[in-house]
Amino acid sequence: MIEIKNIEKSFGESKILKGISTVFETGKTNLIIGQSGSGKTVLLKSLLGIHRPEVGTIEFDGRVYGSLDDEETRELRTEIGMVFQGSALFDSMTVAENVAFPLKMFTKDNKAKIKERVDFVLNRVALNDAHNKLPSEISGGMQKRVAIARAIVNKPKYLFCDEPNSGLDPNTATLIDNLIQEITQEYDITTVINTHDMNSVMEIGDNILFLKNGVKAWQGNKEEIFITDNEAVVDFVYSSNLFRKVREAYLKG
Amino acid sequence: MLKEIFSKQTKWSVMRNLIFKEIDDLIIDSLGIVAFISFFVGGVVAIQTALNLTNPLIPKYLIGFATRQSVILEFAPTFISVIMAGKMGSFITSSIGTMRVTEQIDALEVMGVNSVNYLVFPKIIALLLYPFVIGISMFLGILGGWMAGVYGGFTSSVEFIDGAQRDFIPFHIAYAFIKTFIFAMLLATIPSFHGYYMKGGALEVGKASTVAFVWTSVCIILFNYILTQLLLGS
Repeated sequence: MIEIKNIEKSFGESKILKGISTVFETGKTNLIIGQSGSGKTVLLKSLLGIHRPEVGTIEFDGRVYGSLDDEETRELRTEIGMVFQGSALFDSMTVAENVAFPLKMFTKDNKAKIKERVDFVLNRVALNDAHNKLPSEISGGMQKRVAIARAIVNKPKYLFCDEPNSGLDPNTATLIDNLIQEITQEYDITTVINTHDMNSVMEIGDNILFLKNGVKAWQGNKEEIFITDNEAVVDFVYSSNLFRKVREAYLKG
Repeated sequence: MLKEIFSKQTKWSVMRNLIFKEIDDLIIDSLGIVAFISFFVGGVVAIQTALNLTNPLIPKYLIGFATRQSVILEFAPTFISVIMAGKMGSFITSSIGTMRVTEQIDALEVMGVNSVNYLVFPKIIALLLYPFVIGISMFLGILGGWMAGVYGGFTSSVEFIDGAQRDFIPFHIAYAFIKTFIFAMLLATIPSFHGYYMKGGALEVGKASTVAFVWTSVCIILFNYILTQLLLGS
């Protein structure tokens, strides 16, 4: 579980996060949504420790980020898996080497054990025949799956995804969404996803945090988002005709 | 940044492979161009010297002497380093800069890897072999001078070799390698700095590479002057 208490973050004169508090629960897919510039990325980067909030605390199962010593911070970071928007695969390494990287860096496993684990996670993301390919030789959807495999290979407690299905076709986007949700439940991890994709919101939103201008404007789940009368959420989520009609149909039963 | 390079060391089994990769990318891959340039510039130095010796009273062994002095003291350590600021420097800046742009450095940091140590330390270790490259450059420069002098009909082999051995001061070799070592550290760190701290996209990677080349060259020339004054001027 990740608990955020009243965090504030500014860049120069501009205050991006204005006192956000929330809880991201274990075993659930927690989504952060909101318009561009609402503070989603800054919130995610604050959770990852890339940005340090000036006010407030972030607790990972009781461990307060920022008050840990170097070794504890390092240990916490090894419990975090991250899927970047552009996948961020190491382009000089093959798929298998990318996935094996966290194991080589942070475990004392021998080569056979590392290979066994890499084979297992690549099989889990349905990439059995891509071991020796370079990231440039595979499609965007496959790169995302490799990024997910790399993020989960060291059995993380926390999984963060920054727009995991941006730039993907609808089929692949749904596949990635489902994969993340399955992995979250299977390994009982705390997953936080930063997304613009309303399909993801409707499909896998166990817990949805809606940000507007750096404040928490609404929080709920994928069922509650259909019935909410929060104006900001309705304006944002149901800005397209399709989703408006889906909502109307849902409300009519 | 300097403190970060040497703190929180990457696991040795991983670092060892990174060092070998950097030796391949930075040292082995540079040998061809260094050999080519050194051989022909050595030849040109010999020909230019020969063409300027118009007085018949000036002995021909000066061709070998001038070639040796030019190549060992300046051409190999300094000018090859300026050329390497372009080749190695832009490679280092663009490879690290691309990792920054594509969030690969963020990925390392999020995993808990000291990205500065992971990216820069192996380059510094690999460039400890840079004097080996300069040694080859010295040898090939003088060889190029000998071939151009002898086969171009400007001097005899005996005269050239006599000149190349005459009034030899062993400290000049030490001076050249001291300079080379300092230049190697500049070549590893300045381009890394520009790549690591760059912001923006692909265009900025190109700009950072250019800026890194300019600054590395400027620092090499300045340090060349300071070291020459310190080591030979007193």
